[in-house]
Amino acid sequence: MSDDVKSLSAELAQDPQSLVFLRLGEMLRQRGQLDAAHRVAVNGLERHPHLADAHDLLARVLADKRDYERAFDEWDMTLRIAPSHIGALKGLAFLYFKVGDVAQAVAHLEAAQREAPDEPGLAQAVSLVRGGNPAAAARGLGFEGTAAPPPPAAPPAPLEDARVFAGLEGAQEGLLLLDASGQVLGGALRDPSGKDVTAPVAAYLAGVSQEAARTAKLVGLGSWTGLAAEGGVGHVYVTQVTPQTLLLVVRDRAIPMGRLAIIAQRAAQAAARWLERLARRRARASSIS
Amino acid sequence: MTRVRGVRGALLVSTADGLVVAEQLMEDVKGAALAALAASLANRLGRAMTAAGIGASVFWHLQCSEGALLVVPAPSGVLVVAIAEPEVNVGLARLELLRAAELVG
Repeated sequence: MSDDVKSLSAELAQDPQSLVFLRLGEMLRQRGQLDAAHRVAVNGLERHPHLADAHDLLARVLADKRDYERAFDEWDMTLRIAPSHIGALKGLAFLYFKVGDVAQAVAHLEAAQREAPDEPGLAQAVSLVRGGNPAAAARGLGFEGTAAPPPPAAPPAPLEDARVFAGLEGAQEGLLLLDASGQVLGGALRDPSGKDVTAPVAAYLAGVSQEAARTAKLVGLGSWTGLAAEGGVGHVYVTQVTPQTLLLVVRDRAIPMGRLAIIAQRAAQAAARWLERLARRRARASSIS
Repeated sequence: MTRVRGVRGALLVSTADGLVVAEQLMEDVKGAALAALAASLANRLGRAMTAAGIGASVFWHLQCSEGALLVVPAPSGVLVVAIAEPEVNVGLARLELLRAAELVG
């Protein structure tokens, strides 16, 4: 253990309420001691749950551990607490870039630039992201740690599809947006062996919405809001984004059902925004033609 | 099942044909129609889950604005179904449903 880490650890042990955990956690993260950094960040958050920097620290550690879904949650929380937090804006830019949503990545970097026009590296990061240089962009954003993300192995999905669940973990393996007839609007599903099962699952789910609505009405339960199911290997959550669109979230059994509902809620919000954008674009196109 | 606080009624449904096997429901609930719809929904959901590679359904929960429908498929092909108030303890009701499904076999 280096002297710096020793000294910060001793300081924290002496005063557990101290904010020194932020420096200690970041130092451990930069050294690649991710489990230790994670413990420090989580302990710090327990004592300072409303501190934006604490959520940002945890998000950075989670990003280095490639737990992008939880990293997204933490940066999202950071921005709720401090809407102009530079670290969170950069972090979300990094995650958007990872899922191929260059426009959102640039938008977050530009927001960070507006907040900190003098911060070195931001302008360069924007041009690197625009230029599609993932490794350099990740370094420019400060994510060059032990587990810098590799460039995407496969060509990105068509832009319209890729944007539906931008920034959400499982966008191309565990999230699916369907219309009422079972046509896939976005996302994709893969079974545990990695096989693409999007089409058959979509076909079986067509009509679930109407049946759920009829069942709820018959029993006097009002309108249905979600359908949660536990399987032997994984969990499923189905909900309506609009009366004509259905969202499906699939995760393994390690993800508790309550958390799945939160993931679904977030994905449904992303899908609703995407559908609005699509509708506006179509309206513009039809008014031009 | 109906002794659990917030559970308004329960029934056993044959998954294969959607017929009521046994019921204890409020007077205003049409058991036969509910059985048919629950079985249809269970079949559709089961096929989707199998296609997704996550195995057969163990428990499902239709969340509604004014309550919930809770369902556990028993190994014998019978669905154990409960109709619940919005404030039901879903975890407790789930355990009772699983126990009932075990008894049904």
